[in-house]
Amino acid sequence: MARITYREAISKALWEEMERDPSVFILGEEVGVWGGTYAVTKGFYDHFGPKRVMDTPIAEATIVGAAIGAALTGLRPVAELMTINFAFAAMDHIVNQAAKLRYMFGGQFTLPLVIRTVSGGGRQLGATHSQTPDAIFAHFPGLKVVAPGTPEDAKGLLKAAIRSNDPIFFIEHATLYLMRGEVPDEDYTIPIGKSKVQRPGRDVTIVTYSKMLEVSLKAADQLSKEGIEAEIVDLRTLRPLDMEPVLQSFRKTNRAVIVEEGWRSYGVGAEVAARIYEEAFDYVDAPIQRIAQKETPLPYNRSLEQMALPQVEDVVRAVKEVL
Amino acid sequence: MAEIVTMPKLGFDMAEGTLVRWVILEGEEVKKGAVLAEIETDKATVEVEASTSGTLLRHLVEQGSVVPVNTPIAIIGQPGEEISGLSGQELPAESQPTPQPAQEPSVATPVATSAPEIQEGTLPAGVRATPLARRLAQESGIDIRNVPGSGPLGRIRKEDVEAYLAGQARKPAEEVTIPTQAILPESLALPPFTPGEEKRIPLTKLRAIIGKRMAQSTQTAPHFFVTHEVDVEGLLNIRQEVNQLLTDGEKISVNDFIVRATALALRLFPNLNASIDEEKGEIVQHGAINIGIAVALESGLITVVCKNADQKSVRTIAQEVRTLVNRAREGKVRPEDIEGSTFSISNLGMFDVAQFSAIINPPEAAILAVGSARQQPVVKDNTLQVGWRMNLTLSVDHRISDGAEAAQFLQQLARYLENPLQLLI
Repeated sequence: MARITYREAISKALWEEMERDPSVFILGEEVGVWGGTYAVTKGFYDHFGPKRVMDTPIAEATIVGAAIGAALTGLRPVAELMTINFAFAAMDHIVNQAAKLRYMFGGQFTLPLVIRTVSGGGRQLGATHSQTPDAIFAHFPGLKVVAPGTPEDAKGLLKAAIRSNDPIFFIEHATLYLMRGEVPDEDYTIPIGKSKVQRPGRDVTIVTYSKMLEVSLKAADQLSKEGIEAEIVDLRTLRPLDMEPVLQSFRKTNRAVIVEEGWRSYGVGAEVAARIYEEAFDYVDAPIQRIAQKETPLPYNRSLEQMALPQVEDVVRAVKEVL
Repeated sequence: MAEIVTMPKLGFDMAEGTLVRWVILEGEEVKKGAVLAEIETDKATVEVEASTSGTLLRHLVEQGSVVPVNTPIAIIGQPGEEISGLSGQELPAESQPTPQPAQEPSVATPVATSAPEIQEGTLPAGVRATPLARRLAQESGIDIRNVPGSGPLGRIRKEDVEAYLAGQARKPAEEVTIPTQAILPESLALPPFTPGEEKRIPLTKLRAIIGKRMAQSTQTAPHFFVTHEVDVEGLLNIRQEVNQLLTDGEKISVNDFIVRATALALRLFPNLNASIDEEKGEIVQHGAINIGIAVALESGLITVVCKNADQKSVRTIAQEVRTLVNRAREGKVRPEDIEGSTFSISNLGMFDVAQFSAIINPPEAAILAVGSARQQPVVKDNTLQVGWRMNLTLSVDHRISDGAEAAQFLQQLARYLENPLQLLI
């Protein structure tokens, strides 16, 4: 087990899969000579060469469109969109093509495509570059949406995504790249569509994913000092959504707080809460709480930005409210 | 031929009712006997049944309106049937609607328009409880309405049900009679002080009617009160033994025994099972012994009636009273549930009450007020012992009866309660 960063974990996953399978290649803005905006693909260009590490124009629709074409012909492209905010420029390709081709051609094609992108605020990048619109992508059947919150999960899930024959929207988080965690040395994958209990507890279930896992873990440590033991379920995949660990935990604790970085309306919390009410109604002992980003474009000002994003104290307060 | 449905007269003194909710909408099919609408009278919410089968062609009154008795409220007929001549207004009412009472009803809440706040009555079973608490209560065979809630807004939660069950297991003998929603929080800490502001709460219809009747009673019936202490040790023991043979849903309360004993005692004291007819200058001794039992609701107090209680076993009484009380709590009382009582019992035993005096439910002759069964030092065989005692206080209308008769009635009642086997055979 090595203690490496989230960035290194993703980089290693890409590297190992490219070594293992010559049909895997990378394309995106500045992924080659520059080594990636978030330095994930540093050194790849020199090692794998320009045919497998392709710099593209600043044209997201083209990146995703080309990747879809390559995937249909049997390659395994990993397209990088510099941030999730730019994915909107490629929306038609993502939701009308990638998510539907396999279905509309009656399964004659597979689409082994991975779109890697970066979500999240907190770096003072302004309203248009700081969004967390993960739920939008999870809305579409046909697309799998993965959003890991630890280095171990990031590596295992990305490797599984590259080996999968379905289009996968892989969401990393801008402020997690420096997070360190234990990652197994050997070759491993983590199945897509499996939630995981990241911290056992008995008093309340916190459901979360990605960056908010880190926030929730800190909140749980704080609560633990007051004798409140929160169980944290990390969704890891937003579609298909694996509710079983959530429901199991909820049937034990009877109360839940859902923590997401995106906006609350129509969000991940709304979906998870609704499913709990549908499938564990008789176990509900307090109204489920949702913690999410304030309903405003994210401010640039640092203090305001932090106020708009969910903080550890928000989670602590919500937990106390449901107890 | 289309048929007109009119506002039914659901009680002797009912002049009007509020049509709270249309259950069958215009254009919907309806079978004879199906519930057409819900109506709130002075006393309760009751259901109006369809008198014929067909299609509900038109509502003649809107939800929330106050409608005099016998006024047409709906037309039932065949789809497409010509009903322009049947607007209802032209129809002569079968009998003249009774003049409206001087006091305006204050609670005609239109349900169809957006209600500004959620009313307690719309909560399932009338209480705020979590789904988990409801399920646990159901599985444990207890009535969720008896459980004090400690959550926000008094919400009943899992821990409340568990605490209630634990409490029940500890002291089964003390749990006496009709369950009433306990509202006192268990916490020892005083709630934080918030300076009060004057609030004006409009009287609900039920509140107003209670006020009117009780004022009438105290003003017209000269009350006197007699208290008798009863040894209930045997009764509590026999109740426990009997209940071990019964399932949770059938258990017999102390109050059920009291109802039976009172009914039997009234057979011997017909003058207390009576009313006064001042106009004719007569005392009317009733043929039947119908025991009214006061039930505390969130909105006030109503009396459900166990008819011919002297002819029923304790078990039958228990079953009937449970059904009546449940219907009352759900606001679904039927007119016959609350009519015709000839003698009433008010029991505050579950609230740790030494004794109290009740106001007579007019036009009855008397009412029995039941205190808690309490452990007390008693003198028995010239020694000091621990026993169980309960105070019964009879309030009597002096126009009908006197102290000696009241005291003898209580002696007889005590004889039955102190020899409870008599009540079971």
